[in-house]
Amino acid sequence: MLNNLNILLPEIFLTLSIFSILMIGVFIKESFNLIFNLSSAIILFTIAIILNSSNETEKVFLDSFTRDSFSNFFKILILIASLFVLNTSKVFIIDNKIRKFEYPIIILLSILGMFFMVSSNDIILFYLGLELQSLSLYILASIDRDNLRSSESGIKYFVLSALSSGLLLYGCSLLYGFTGSTNFDLIADQLIKDNKGAVFAMVFVLVGLAFKVSAVPFHMWTPDVYEGAPTSITSYFAVVPKVAGLAVLIKFMFIPFSNILSEWQLIIIFISIASMILGAVAAIVQKNIKRLLAYSSIGHVGYALAGVATGVISGYESSIIYISIYVVMNVGAFSCLYLLKKDGEYRENISDLSGLSKKQPLLAISFLVILFSLAGIPPLAGFFAKFYVFTAVIEQKMYALAIIGLLTTVISAFYYLRIIKIIYFDDSAISFDPVKNSVAKLSVLISCAILITFFLYPAILNNLVDALFIN
Amino acid sequence: MIEIGLGHYLSLGAIIFFLGVIGIFLNRKNIIVILMSIELILLAVNINLISFSIFSGDIVGQIFTMLILTVAAAEAAIGLAIIVIYYRNKGSIRVEDIHGMKG
Repeated sequence: MLNNLNILLPEIFLTLSIFSILMIGVFIKESFNLIFNLSSAIILFTIAIILNSSNETEKVFLDSFTRDSFSNFFKILILIASLFVLNTSKVFIIDNKIRKFEYPIIILLSILGMFFMVSSNDIILFYLGLELQSLSLYILASIDRDNLRSSESGIKYFVLSALSSGLLLYGCSLLYGFTGSTNFDLIADQLIKDNKGAVFAMVFVLVGLAFKVSAVPFHMWTPDVYEGAPTSITSYFAVVPKVAGLAVLIKFMFIPFSNILSEWQLIIIFISIASMILGAVAAIVQKNIKRLLAYSSIGHVGYALAGVATGVISGYESSIIYISIYVVMNVGAFSCLYLLKKDGEYRENISDLSGLSKKQPLLAISFLVILFSLAGIPPLAGFFAKFYVFTAVIEQKMYALAIIGLLTTVISAFYYLRIIKIIYFDDSAISFDPVKNSVAKLSVLISCAILITFFLYPAILNNLVDALFIN
Repeated sequence: MIEIGLGHYLSLGAIIFFLGVIGIFLNRKNIIVILMSIELILLAVNINLISFSIFSGDIVGQIFTMLILTVAAAEAAIGLAIIVIYYRNKGSIRVEDIHGMKG
């Protein structure tokens, strides 16, 4: 029994520390700074605990909870991304007067939910983790409660996300009924082509999961929530829940749905192509950077799903590599936004960037690197991410998917290059104030360094990801 | 007299579920109605789970139902809280008025 608890150590530690810092926040006045630093420390400790735990596959609590290299990899990715997102946005949070002590605590709670999502091997645990994550995200979207746009984005996210949770849950109930079990392994045995009811249920589950990673046609909330929520929250939304959502999607495809590949493959291909096209076309007309990044993230999810659509392990690996590099690029892009401040207000219009290269050449060149990488231009990491995905797709002889993917890459390069043109060749409109946010600067530097040097030794990430599917 | 079997319960669940989904999309007046529709969806799932549980003699479905009831309560609480802060900022919770961001 004690050994079982050892397997859950990261979750137990996270839960207990969330309760403790919540108490500290309640009883100590003006405790935002203290809670914030404690939360960063908790995230670091949790990373250390996970790094120290073994990577062998173990299942506990009636096989409902798994700890394996797959879940450990995603937990560490989630934690590192949250650490960067949280610390780069601290100055922004204080400037925008949303320095409530609940802020980092709710982020930790959503991380806990994601932990259970990626570790679950049972529908019940999966659903509870998903809801813990979603409920925290509803609050985060509307955390700036005196701001109309923030509360509006909270309402939109709440209604659509609750609807998608409902669809997913309906699918789960049918899955339970038609396979007779809630355990992923037992469902995988029962879920075959002839089991029509369970195949029907699979569609509902896929809809719910597609919503969580904001894939077309379930993307309606993304641009509005990204634009309305404070930038610090947007950067969290753009990075962390996407990672957890994709991890769960791959897990569902890999374990419970593995025997009905031909049934879900077409659906995923359709979702992937639709996301790639919409992400490329709709972003062209955007004037707000956050809205543009929303459409760009929809497109990137489309590329990651193209890897999932292959239905083979090399495809899953390519999409895990894709989402890891996507995290680096988006953390860098949002850190740049924290450095664009004028008269005490953070600017988020693309036209405000004009002539940035003359005033702040370093920031301009970092923007250039990150945008080139998002567009997938070699030798930056974004190119390799797309290269791995399309290699896996072509190996499975899915030529149509690969051709459409490459075409949309070209279209989406247009709007990334347009921003670079505005930064470098337009007359400067406004000069930004110097921002004292050294963490954001450091994070821009780190992400640019990773993106530029990735091609020297891509085997680090490849080997890590290769080890995930050995079991 | 007809015997009421699993199929009847599942049909009831499906009808309530689709009423909930339609309620979200057709509703043009009030967000509270959307909140009620979401509750309807979750309750339809509960009917499904309980009937599956009874007819297959497996207790797990009923345990799942208890957990869903808890989650539904938490979701309603957070939903109402968000609606309250929206009302404070906007002074209205009509669905037609929620269009501050577009594009």
